[in-house]
Amino acid sequence: MKSLIRSFAAILVVALGCLYLTSWLNSSQGYSGANTLTIYNWGDYIDPELLEEFQEETGITVIYQTFDSNEAMMTKIQQGGTTYDVAMPSEYAIDKMKQEGLLLPIDHARLPNLKHIDERFLDLRFDPGNGYSVPYFWGTVGIVYNPELVPDGLVFDSWDDLWDPRLGNGLMLVDGAREVIGFGLNSLGYSLNDTNEAHLQEALAKLQKLTPNVKAIVGDEIKMLLANEEATAGVVWSGDAAEIMDENDKLDYVIPKEGSNVWFDNMVIPRTARNLDGAYRFMDFMLEPEHAARNAEYVGYSTPNKDAVPLLPEEIRSDERFYPPPQLTSRLEVYDNLGKRMLSHYNELFLEFKMHRK
Amino acid sequence: MSARSRNLFLVPYTLWIVLFVAAPIALIAYRSLFDVEGALTLDNYARFFTPVYLRMTVSSFWYALLITLFSLLVAYPAAWALTRAKHKQLWLLLIILPTWINLLLKVYAFLGIFGTYGSVNQLLELVGIGTQQILFTDFSFVFVSVYIFIPFMILPIFNALEELNPSLVFAARDLGASAWTTFAKVVFPLTIDGVKAGCQAVFIPALSLFMITRLVAGNRVITLGTAIEQHFLVTQDWGMGSTIAVFLILVMVAIMFAAGQRKGVIR
Repeated sequence: MKSLIRSFAAILVVALGCLYLTSWLNSSQGYSGANTLTIYNWGDYIDPELLEEFQEETGITVIYQTFDSNEAMMTKIQQGGTTYDVAMPSEYAIDKMKQEGLLLPIDHARLPNLKHIDERFLDLRFDPGNGYSVPYFWGTVGIVYNPELVPDGLVFDSWDDLWDPRLGNGLMLVDGAREVIGFGLNSLGYSLNDTNEAHLQEALAKLQKLTPNVKAIVGDEIKMLLANEEATAGVVWSGDAAEIMDENDKLDYVIPKEGSNVWFDNMVIPRTARNLDGAYRFMDFMLEPEHAARNAEYVGYSTPNKDAVPLLPEEIRSDERFYPPPQLTSRLEVYDNLGKRMLSHYNELFLEFKMHRK
Repeated sequence: MSARSRNLFLVPYTLWIVLFVAAPIALIAYRSLFDVEGALTLDNYARFFTPVYLRMTVSSFWYALLITLFSLLVAYPAAWALTRAKHKQLWLLLIILPTWINLLLKVYAFLGIFGTYGSVNQLLELVGIGTQQILFTDFSFVFVSVYIFIPFMILPIFNALEELNPSLVFAARDLGASAWTTFAKVVFPLTIDGVKAGCQAVFIPALSLFMITRLVAGNRVITLGTAIEQHFLVTQDWGMGSTIAVFLILVMVAIMFAAGQRKGVIR
């Protein structure tokens, strides 16, 4: 009994010691000092040289942390343990965070470089007037395919090409209810934010006819599987497509003409922010066309910065797959926040589609 | 040891049970009574009995059954051979060894092995059969699941076989029973408890598999586990996710009772 109590006491002492040690280390390294900026971003989503330059230019120490899903990021910010000053959530997450009061409003007067952002990417429904967020990168949903493996005449300029029987079990889909139901709706000419039950059922019926062509519905592995030529074609986000084509340059990416989804990752200031001044300076730094261009070149995603585009190398800026012409962008839609109930319904339809057997 | 100190030793265990077993189950049951918008309702249970979820339930049970059956078919002879092996402990260790490796890693390995350009297809190509679609089929799903669950089936059966008195087998053979009759009338009935324990250890987790369904079956197999995962992570419809979980808990309790009851009858 006594030894039990003694070992309990020992553990307690060690735990308290560790707690003290971390707080001492944090303060000694200036982690809780005023002149640090904590950035919370997706993994490998910024040019590290830009971070260096920002630190040299401003004297602010940057603490850079990464997340791999919007949900994980929101949870961390909700808990409020770390004082994140800038974060880069996707558009639907921004809408949610705004509603839950996790974001601080953005003062446009403190971001002179905001004028460089293309009007097409400002004042969108998920954040009217950009009161809480500033565009960082954007992209689309489209089809990656292997020209060597597809049957003749298929170039996937239309969603309907996915239904071609010659494709035979060669298609992979990304595991997202909004994406799959969305292109089902798009292929019928409806909006991907449609909530009309008849339209949704029509889309489901059409998707179920796609089943014979669907090899698998997978998550992040889709990048590896497509790059390894496990499938002829795949429906993916453009960011993933860029990575896949980086791995395997035989593949090509296309945005079907009926329209598709356009997504955003925007910079926000979470309510956990301590260094507001630093946050504004950092965002303005990233909005500077030259910096935005370098960042876009490094990351490989599309920049929303219209003055940065001319600074990009010719082969990147003329690539219509990632900088589609205006007649196509006008047909791209942002996902509206349909509310939890509708999202749940979308998900049930998606489950029904997945369960449909060949 | 006095009664008081015995009670004191019970404290950590009771705390554990209350905090990590009873409380989560209560929380799940409580959660299942709320809809997506947080209103108190029994709708989730009504929704469970719609065709979407009923079909999912049937398919979960079907695949769990297949996985259990194939595990048993492989595990029983393996356990039998194990009791007769020379270096029992070494063989046993080799069977347990894979469970030390992270499940995700093992599943990812199969993506490479079963892939279009994977080692299995290379072998098939070599012997002239040609490349087959192995990944994302029912076969690969059941195969990988059986591979993952097999140690949990072998161990209880092995223990039961070890406890079996060998003279009973000799007696049966002496009295003229054929090898098959000896197995069917003596060995199998005497090890049925091990078989039951193994089946429980496989069937119950197999019901709620979710990661393998996506990675190896490409979401062509949908189980209740997949639905729970989606409701918690994607739709944030925790109520419906909890409802499915409550249903699974009830099924598991029923299975354990059924298994326990029959044991009484045989004895």
